Amino acid sequence: MSGWAGLAVDLVIILILIGGIAQFRTPLGARRGNLTAALALLLALAIVVWRHRLMDPWVIAAMLAVGAVVGLIVARRVNMIQIPALVAFQHGAGGVAAFLVSFVELTRRPGELSAVALVSGLLGLVIGAATFSGSMIASGKLANRLKQTPTVLPGHSLVLGLAVVLVVVVAVVAGMTTGPALTAWLIVLVVLAVTLGVVFSIRIGGADMPVLISFLNATAGLAAAFCGVIISNRLLVACGATVAASGSILTYVMCTSMNRSLFGVFTGIQLKAAAPACSTDLAAAVSDACELPAASPQSLDPLTRAAQLARDAQSVIIVPGYGMALAHAASEAVGLGRALERLGKDVRYAVHPVAGRMPGHMHVLLAEAEVDYDKLYEMKDINPRFSETDLVLIVGACDVVNPAAVETEGTPISGMPILRVDEARHVVVCNLDEKPGYSGVPNTLYNNRKTVLLFGDAKATLQGLSAALSDACSAREGA
Amino acid sequence: MTDILLMIGVFVAAFVVGYLLISRVPQRLHTPLMSMTNAISAVTIIGALLLFAAAGDAVGRTLGALAVALATFNLVGGFAITHRMLKMFKGRDRRCS
Repeated sequence: MSGWAGLAVDLVIILILIGGIAQFRTPLGARRGNLTAALALLLALAIVVWRHRLMDPWVIAAMLAVGAVVGLIVARRVNMIQIPALVAFQHGAGGVAAFLVSFVELTRRPGELSAVALVSGLLGLVIGAATFSGSMIASGKLANRLKQTPTVLPGHSLVLGLAVVLVVVVAVVAGMTTGPALTAWLIVLVVLAVTLGVVFSIRIGGADMPVLISFLNATAGLAAAFCGVIISNRLLVACGATVAASGSILTYVMCTSMNRSLFGVFTGIQLKAAAPACSTDLAAAVSDACELPAASPQSLDPLTRAAQLARDAQSVIIVPGYGMALAHAASEAVGLGRALERLGKDVRYAVHPVAGRMPGHMHVLLAEAEVDYDKLYEMKDINPRFSETDLVLIVGACDVVNPAAVETEGTPISGMPILRVDEARHVVVCNLDEKPGYSGVPNTLYNNRKTVLLFGDAKATLQGLSAALSDACSAREGA
Repeated sequence: MTDILLMIGVFVAAFVVGYLLISRVPQRLHTPLMSMTNAISAVTIIGALLLFAAAGDAVGRTLGALAVALATFNLVGGFAITHRMLKMFKGRDRRCS
């Protein structure tokens, strides 16, 4: 095939791919878009097989079959709470593929590569290997196989800095080496890059996971793009760049939604500095929270009070957080929402951008629990509506509804955009306990007189609330 | 040299187009989006295939075969899980957001 024909074919494939991504506007369009993108990659694959006579077609067919079957099995079995762990794992698999290709290409033709190809190959190798190990750590944390909270080694920043310097030095040495020593240097480089990924990832945890997983999405794309430069394949470069762009956008969105800088997330600086200031506030907040029920005008127990509020409300907004997913309480929350709808109430769901463990995770969790997506509202659309809402039901969300983010300065969440649940007439909180969220900032909502606190396992609490609601309704009918 | 310039051009163009398109994707589709772009990044399978074909020694071929299997896992698994996820989304399309 001549150069121009090849270029035209690549261009067509890229255009199909872009056509697929452009359809990600509505869920239905996204379904078509996903299939369109799959078609583009299938075409790309078919053309490579057609253009180059591949040796050992049976070995390749076997490898394709193994990968495809395992991929399909995993895709069928996984449930939506495990999606972040799976996606992180797949970032890792992409990283491995990129670093293997770079590694073999670098060792195959030592001395023949142009300077740019050499540099790209080394970058593909380092980024691919670091993405692999970083993603494995992230996946382990998300799957709850590793401790979810940040693990800080002694002198963590120093170790991280040292790893970066070593990687750069060894990469330069490897780049200048030709001959048999090259392979040895490249292996050292891979080991260092893997270590770097581990040290980098292990310090990030909890609510910062969406940032990490988005960032790894971007680096996996970048590794693919560099790998494309070394084998001079335009499709690889284009696809890698698109993925890198996507990952960068999601990383940015996640950071701004938490009002955190990328640097702050990756170094843990912001959280650490704020921790000592919080502990005293925390004690005060907890004692306030404990005193409040006695001082409150309602002598009723909180569950009955919450059920009455739900019975009397006309408009209800449910705010789910990751705590709901952890307690496996999504179907209970949605069931309560349905019960309220049957009573003729207007029920909506408000989803904060960082609810869940990856961008958009909560939307998928609620879709799995069969909530119609036209009842799901994003922050900017729902925030003006809280002031006209009778009741907000919070299930396992803390930092994203904490009014301290707008009321107080100098806390880790100050300036973070929140769901303005405090503007609603009444608030019912179904959280595990009164402890602050991941940020460590006590939730001032808990001290608010219009708040009813139902602490405990969300699943049990919601079941109790549903039962109390039907009791309250029949009590009113009886009266 | 022209080859390198072309590569840089392709990278920049794809990054910009991707950026413009993806910044308009609504938040509710961010998880399927990441899952799909993840599958797209498995395009390294092309590199893995070429490598398997070209690599002379046993080590290179073994690594190439491994890369083919991993990239296929990503490719097929990524698109399949995205499709399954999007099928769960039920409701009428609202104009806003």
